[in-house]
Amino acid sequence: MNNRKRKAGGLSKYSQLLVPLIAILVLVIFNLIRDPGFFSVGLTTNNNGDPVLQGNLISILNGASELVILSMGMTLVTAACGGQDISVGALAAIAGSVFVKVLKSGGGSISPLLVLGGFLMCCAVAMVFGAFNGSLVAFFNIQPMIATLILFTCGRSIAYWINGGATPTVSSPIINAVGSFIPGIPIPTPILIVLLMGGLFALLFRFTTLGLYIQAVGINQSAARLNGINAVGIKLLSFVILGVCCAVAGMIGVSRLGLINHETLLINIEMDAILAVAIGGNNLGGGKFKMIGSVLGAYAIQALTITLYAMKVPSTDVKAYKAVVIVLLVVMGSPVVKEAADRFTKRIRAARRSDTGKEAA
Amino acid sequence: MKEDIVLTMRGICKVFPGVMALNGVDFTLRKGEIHALMGENGAGKSTLIKVLTGVYPKDAGEIRVDGVDEAITIRSPQEAQSYGISTVYQEISLCPNLTVAENMFIGRTRGGTVNWKAMEKRAGELLDSLGIPARPRQQLSNCSLAVQQMVAIARAVDTECKVLILDEPTSSLDDKEVEMLFRLMRDLKARGVGIIFVTHFLEQVYEVSDRITVLRNGELVGEYEVEKLPQVQLVAMMIGRELENLSVIRKENPAGAAKKEVRYEARQLSSTESRPFDFYIGKGEVNGFTGLLGSGRSESVRAIFGADPVTGGEVKMEGKKARITKPLDAMKNGIGYLPEDRKRDGIIADLSVRDNIILALQVLRGMGHPISRAKAEAFADEYIKALGIKTASTDTPIGSLSGGNQQKVILARWLLTHPKYLILDEPTRGIDVGTKTEIQKLVLKLAEEGMSVTFISSEIEEMLRTCSRLIVMRDRNIVGELTGDELTQSHVMHTIAGGGGDSE
Ligand SMILES: Nc1ncnc2c1ncn2[C@@H]1O[C@H](COP(=O)(O)OP(=O)(O)OP(=O)(O)O)[C@@H](O)[C@H]1O
Ligand SMILES: [Mg+2]
Repeated sequence: MNNRKRKAGGLSKYSQLLVPLIAILVLVIFNLIRDPGFFSVGLTTNNNGDPVLQGNLISILNGASELVILSMGMTLVTAACGGQDISVGALAAIAGSVFVKVLKSGGGSISPLLVLGGFLMCCAVAMVFGAFNGSLVAFFNIQPMIATLILFTCGRSIAYWINGGATPTVSSPIINAVGSFIPGIPIPTPILIVLLMGGLFALLFRFTTLGLYIQAVGINQSAARLNGINAVGIKLLSFVILGVCCAVAGMIGVSRLGLINHETLLINIEMDAILAVAIGGNNLGGGKFKMIGSVLGAYAIQALTITLYAMKVPSTDVKAYKAVVIVLLVVMGSPVVKEAADRFTKRIRAARRSDTGKEAA
Repeated sequence: MKEDIVLTMRGICKVFPGVMALNGVDFTLRKGEIHALMGENGAGKSTLIKVLTGVYPKDAGEIRVDGVDEAITIRSPQEAQSYGISTVYQEISLCPNLTVAENMFIGRTRGGTVNWKAMEKRAGELLDSLGIPARPRQQLSNCSLAVQQMVAIARAVDTECKVLILDEPTSSLDDKEVEMLFRLMRDLKARGVGIIFVTHFLEQVYEVSDRITVLRNGELVGEYEVEKLPQVQLVAMMIGRELENLSVIRKENPAGAAKKEVRYEARQLSSTESRPFDFYIGKGEVNGFTGLLGSGRSESVRAIFGADPVTGGEVKMEGKKARITKPLDAMKNGIGYLPEDRKRDGIIADLSVRDNIILALQVLRGMGHPISRAKAEAFADEYIKALGIKTASTDTPIGSLSGGNQQKVILARWLLTHPKYLILDEPTRGIDVGTKTEIQKLVLKLAEEGMSVTFISSEIEEMLRTCSRLIVMRDRNIVGELTGDELTQSHVMHTIAGGGGDSE
């Protein structure tokens, strides 16, 4: 096990991105063969008379937004704590409910300020819940999956309770702009929000040592602590950051539909988020991570889903097909396969060397 | 194959990215001999062993064992075992929370069912026959390191064992425990087992070995019979040059001079792991804690650094009251600490050598002030050169360095923070003889420049060479303090054992 890890470390730094990239490439080729126009992007006008981009490519990128954002946060929790948060869907529902609750408190008129307030409020609430999960993990050393099982179980009940059991709708041009298009900009807003989040994380890693600390804690907590790193704090922080991701994802989800359905909002997304992290080549046992891997993994999952729908696979069967493909991807990324591939390339190279040697002779 | 030869390796090569770890190495092991494998840090000893046991595939060469007519390929430790080759690796790899018996048989039961009764009985017999003082049902973590080591050996020799490999088995044992281990080794030797023994302790080599094979930079230097190879010559072969005289490198520190300017002082300091004790160290002083393993010396320095939760006491840094309850407090006060257990507390295995070197400095600078890549690179290069760290690049994960080179990286990490007070717990563990003197000299040079250093080592000679004051511990209490003329081997041993005429 250890030696395998060591070997993987010796490979090129970006080799872990190979699996999600191959997956995306295969899906692209597959779709292009099936329907050469599959990825064509067109400019049309929407109901409001604004120009908007349309096409399968856009719906993949757009539809993946919540998943991408959640898998970013999930990557950090996985790396620092060596486990996964299974309550992200439930927490997004709570955040979404809080968002709607604040919007409703305006008594019908929804001002930009109120939306901002709603967003900050749902972030704050999600951070508190994130900190709750995080403290169970960091202080009490509970396995992340077990710790977050609590919120996973009761989160949607809390969401239900926030709006008194109703599924209130909110309609406002601002919410519409968040969930679909900002007038004048043809790119769906969720895609822009993903870019913004990606940029924020890039800045965070560039201008703080968070990345180094998270990896150090995830690899060897005891050594990290003896080097002055507050391991408990770092774990807690990773959960709080994931909380913010849940809030953003929840807000996008609510804005898309203009309503909150606490039972169905981002249902089952936690499994896809964990898968995205795994497909991205990140070790689910914690330690070194590459966030870009998880992001690519998330897009690969979404591309797969859209492809299946485009092939008119009944929605009840989609899950089964997805499962098959995901098994393939995860096996492809496993150390056993990597090592075999390693040996294979080595043998080819050796053969080539001896060939050229013979020619020279 | 000749009658008494159990194993031959011919022309073994092994390449890692950027390193030629082994280059055409030959090795021969005879029946019932103890064969020492010697060489500097990174010479390729562990790699040779891992090739032999199928952890790494070899890139060239052939391996033959007694009883098989053709050259064999070993693809896994299990397969090695089937040829009668058993190993205890450099790092103990048992499960501390299982029992002794479970550790001895885990992963080796046939058919998926376990007969616990029979297993315990068999374990008990084996422990008895080898004279290992452990009970089958005892939890492994309750045994001393030496006994754990011996359990690992018992696990290794239980199967039809013709070749037993011990990679630095004694580096964390004290003299008595080493003696115990040697008895076990001689016993196995008498039963005809061929033993490959890797160590950096020359005296031990001369005490138990029959033959020595020396490696340098992945190449074979030669194979010698112990009687025909004087120690000085052996060292010269290992490091490729003559070693300077070791005996007197300690600058005589006039008694009392150290007392003039106190750098760090603790009164009735205690932690969850250590009893209250008083301690001080002067500017530019090198002192040390000594005592048997488990006497509380490591726990004491851990308390100073705040590594274990501090429960009481008063601490002064350069005369000013300081509050040190966690490692970061200590670091901010200019204290550095190289821990005893490198694998558990020192290295961050998957991170690069560069990240491992800058880690402590980075933490001191704070989260909002990352060290730029270029600067980190420069720091890493500087210390790789200064300490002679053997690594393919600054980007190599520290986990793939040889044991001794990992240790140097951790040392570099603390030197980079330019501490005022540096605590070194077993800094030379797993370090080769040449580098050992380098490190001792480094310590003295740093002290000359004003750094205070507390030094802990299981080798009393090493302590005598560097420290001007020794604090002796027994049963978790300080039982004596030796300075000046009292700093002799016999006096120290005496005080440790409790017969000393010193304070009690
Ligand atoms: N898995 C690995 N990946 C890359 N390089 C490696 C790996 N294992 C060992 N090396 C390199 O091979 C060389 C030999 O290492 P090895 O561990 O065999 O040394 P050693 O003789 O056991 O040293 P020590 O006395 O320090 O334990 C070193 O330069 C080391 O960096
Ligand atoms: Mg070694």
